[in-house]
Amino acid sequence: MWEAIAANRRRSRLLLALMALLLAALGGAIGMSIDPDPATGGVFGVLAALAVFGVMTLVSLTAGEAILLKSMGARKLETPAEARRLFNVVEEMTLAAGLPRRPDVYVLDTDSLNAFAVGRNPERAAVAVTIGLLRKLNRDELQGVVAHEIGHVRNLDIRFLTLAAVMMGSIALISDVFLRAFLHGGRHTSRRGRDSRDGGNQAQAIMLLVALALAILAPLCAQLLYFACSRRREYLADASAARFTRFPEGLASALEKISGHAGGRLLGKQNRAVAPMFIVNPLRAMGGGGLFATHPPTDRRIAILRAMAGGAGFAEYERAWRERAGERGALFGERTRAEAGERVPRRAAAPAEEQRDAVARAREALRHRRGGSGWETIACRCGGHVSLSPTFSAERVECPRCHRTIRVTD
Amino acid sequence: MGGALIALLVIGGLVLLVILWFIATYNGLVRLRNQVKEAWAQIDVQLKRRHDLIPNLVETVKGYAGHERQTLEEVMRARAAAVSAHGVGEQAQAESQLSGALGRLLMVVEQYPDLKANQNFLALQEELTSTENKIGFSRQFYNEQVMQYNTRIQQIPANLVAGMFQFREEAFFELEDKSERAVPQVKF
Repeated sequence: MWEAIAANRRRSRLLLALMALLLAALGGAIGMSIDPDPATGGVFGVLAALAVFGVMTLVSLTAGEAILLKSMGARKLETPAEARRLFNVVEEMTLAAGLPRRPDVYVLDTDSLNAFAVGRNPERAAVAVTIGLLRKLNRDELQGVVAHEIGHVRNLDIRFLTLAAVMMGSIALISDVFLRAFLHGGRHTSRRGRDSRDGGNQAQAIMLLVALALAILAPLCAQLLYFACSRRREYLADASAARFTRFPEGLASALEKISGHAGGRLLGKQNRAVAPMFIVNPLRAMGGGGLFATHPPTDRRIAILRAMAGGAGFAEYERAWRERAGERGALFGERTRAEAGERVPRRAAAPAEEQRDAVARAREALRHRRGGSGWETIACRCGGHVSLSPTFSAERVECPRCHRTIRVTD
Repeated sequence: MGGALIALLVIGGLVLLVILWFIATYNGLVRLRNQVKEAWAQIDVQLKRRHDLIPNLVETVKGYAGHERQTLEEVMRARAAAVSAHGVGEQAQAESQLSGALGRLLMVVEQYPDLKANQNFLALQEELTSTENKIGFSRQFYNEQVMQYNTRIQQIPANLVAGMFQFREEAFFELEDKSERAVPQVKF
């Protein structure tokens, strides 16, 4: 487990370094296409590109979570009473993963089925699930999904993905600005070029071509790098979920329900960069494959989880992954596999959910939805609940079930 | 002269390296041991939670199924034994007894539809299910930590440091009954 994190860190640094190099090259080339002297134009370009990245990183690290949660319309649950089952499941997975603190719990008021995690480090993380998910999934499935998200937190995926997304965004932004400037205001640079010496002119023309090529290619390369990494991290989070819950079928069955559900899209197209943080790609209902996919195909993830054949450890997951994804190589380091390997007992299959439990869960989710729009729910001593509209102003109300009078302040 | 000085420096450097390695290994072992302790504290919290839930459960059940005295008393006895148990091994045994008694009580409850419809009881059911799960998951994490720690203090060369400073192997938290090895699933 710890080694998996260390390997993640190493690979992340390599990837970030590659992207930084791409960013610097882009900045340098653009700078030199304006002023062909490497000492001024080149250095200025690199510095400008890094400055863009620096500012965006600062913003995303200090306010990124808040911005994301806010833009999604996520609502924080303050007390466990608001959604006992969800809170309990998050607490259970916190214990299983050995996180230092329970992540904050958020709900998204939408019927589509999805979940995501945010947070720089395990001490300060948050897990968000949609109300649709609360309604549709039984306890084991919800546990699988939450375990997957907690796996992202535990493996330090979120900070990395945020940094990588910001880097990708910076590259895209700079390329975009440059291409627009070239198309619309190209005359300014070319006039300056004509004024300078012949050699300079030639060098500048070459640099302009290089900069153009980079501006077109760099965003694509950055995306390829980013999405390749994000797909691998999905597998790792799935493996972690299986290990934490000791019950791969929970997550498998949840993924099946999620992918079979024709839900609305959760995000606009511009939000592509945050897509890897969700349990399934929020931009399309069916997980497709391909180099630009943020997630592995959902049916493949399900097949891997189901092929773990009587185990719930990293070793079993890796074997299933090789078999089903047709991959070679290793998902985990040698020591992680040896340490966490064979001796993982598997939980017996859960009994089928009773109708009563299904009703209770749908009710809890629905209560939640009203809570979000200003409705209050109060409990009666008889066990019934009364929902009060936001405009309700009286102090007492009669319980519709046992006709007892309840004080609203209780 | 020069040769002696170089030899002295080399020996001094080697000694320094060994000392640094010693410190690093010792600190690593302390960290692992503390992780084990912390994991144990988590189990303890959950076990206490279960002990606190039981009187409430027994009271609720009594209101509907008062004549199941024997089963109820058995649960309370097992709880008392678990509360006063000390040490990992003893506690594990007492807790698995308690799990068994609780399981029997919940089987008995099946015969009382009124009780099963009671909202307080249903809320208690979710709490109990979750507490059982939490005990299971914190035990799982504790055992992983113990395994990591035990492996580390047995391996060369860390075992030298471990032997010198009395790092002892920690006990796994295992439940007696084989069928209890799976995370207990409380169903009513």
